[in-house]
Amino acid sequence: MTEANKEEFPAEEMPAIRKEMSRRQFLSYTLGGTGAFLMTLPFVVNLRFAVDPLLQERAGSEWVKVVEADKITETPQSFSFQKRVVDGWYKSEPKMEAWIARDENGEIFALSPICKHLGCTVNWNGSPNHPNEYYCPCHGAHYTKEGKALAIAPEPLDEYEVMVDNGFVYLGNLKPNERV
Amino acid sequence: MIKRIYNWIDERLDITPMWRDVADHEVPEHVNPAHHFSAFVYCFGGLTFFITVIQILSGMFLTMYYVPDIIHAYASVDHLQHKVAFGKLVRGMHHWGASLVIVMMFLHTLRVFFTGAYKAPREMNWVVGMLIFFVMLGLGFTGYLLPWDSKAYFATMVGIQIAASVPFIGDYIKDFLQGGDIVGAQTLTRFFALHVFFLPAALLALLGVHFYMIRKQGISGPL
Repeated sequence: MTEANKEEFPAEEMPAIRKEMSRRQFLSYTLGGTGAFLMTLPFVVNLRFAVDPLLQERAGSEWVKVVEADKITETPQSFSFQKRVVDGWYKSEPKMEAWIARDENGEIFALSPICKHLGCTVNWNGSPNHPNEYYCPCHGAHYTKEGKALAIAPEPLDEYEVMVDNGFVYLGNLKPNERV
Repeated sequence: MIKRIYNWIDERLDITPMWRDVADHEVPEHVNPAHHFSAFVYCFGGLTFFITVIQILSGMFLTMYYVPDIIHAYASVDHLQHKVAFGKLVRGMHHWGASLVIVMMFLHTLRVFFTGAYKAPREMNWVVGMLIFFVMLGLGFTGYLLPWDSKAYFATMVGIQIAASVPFIGDYIKDFLQGGDIVGAQTLTRFFALHVFFLPAALLALLGVHFYMIRKQGISGPL
């Protein structure tokens, strides 16, 4: 825009070199700057509002008391429990399921029943062809007792964080399987 | 840097005449507040448009959190205003801007009226301006229900009953606005759709016509 007023004079015709801003330049800078500032404010405010989910801290694990520890055997058993979930303005208590068992050392671990292939629900001894394994009825994925994927599924079953306190088993958030 | 990008595009597409056509226009002395301060009354139309832009912008962002459902509407507004960063500001912009845009539009209308700017050959632009006025009132009316608090509910109840008192077609207008037997779930989704899709589309189309005509006919002469 300012290009038009820069008239080229031969050096000898210039009376005095005054490197000053032209009136038009000054006006377009101040008015443009004010206008840009006025428009930027609402943009910045709106954008911060929009990206808020990215900057929210993730909630830590909340422990849910599920079952007495002495009921857990070497054979996995299914237990359901309810977890409090706060999703923005919507609070719910969805029903969760966990397969809880003891390993050879007697340590308690809990696996998610959600198949890592396409998200169906697996069952312990779900198929007569795969005894003592988790079996998914949808596409025949099966897993060992520790959750190791034997076929179809690309990853082992997810594991719950487990805490045993005062004779009770508490479950926390899901995490990738660390046992296999 | 920006200049070079601009030049690169301009060499290929010759965009300078396009924005020159939009941006470069004569501002007569009698409407320039730098010459006569009282000419600030000629700014009301532009200010109305500026606030309209803010309304569209903040409204778009509000829909990221708002849900038009009778169970969750109030909770979602409460959440976005108190839990989300800058929620107070974004909703505040939309809330106060809604009133301010009506005020500015009214002042603009008064200026046009008292300077006689509606006279020939600009009668059609006055009519389009009136249509914009009613669309704006419609936006205010439909937006008022969306937080789904008691004030919104009863204001809409009253508003729909006023609409129902129109002779002959009143009952049809009422059914169209209410969508069901009561002011409820169906009213809320209807008002939301009108507020964010239909009325803004009508508004933008009318504004386009409004601006085209003022550019074509020029600003009316001094008093």
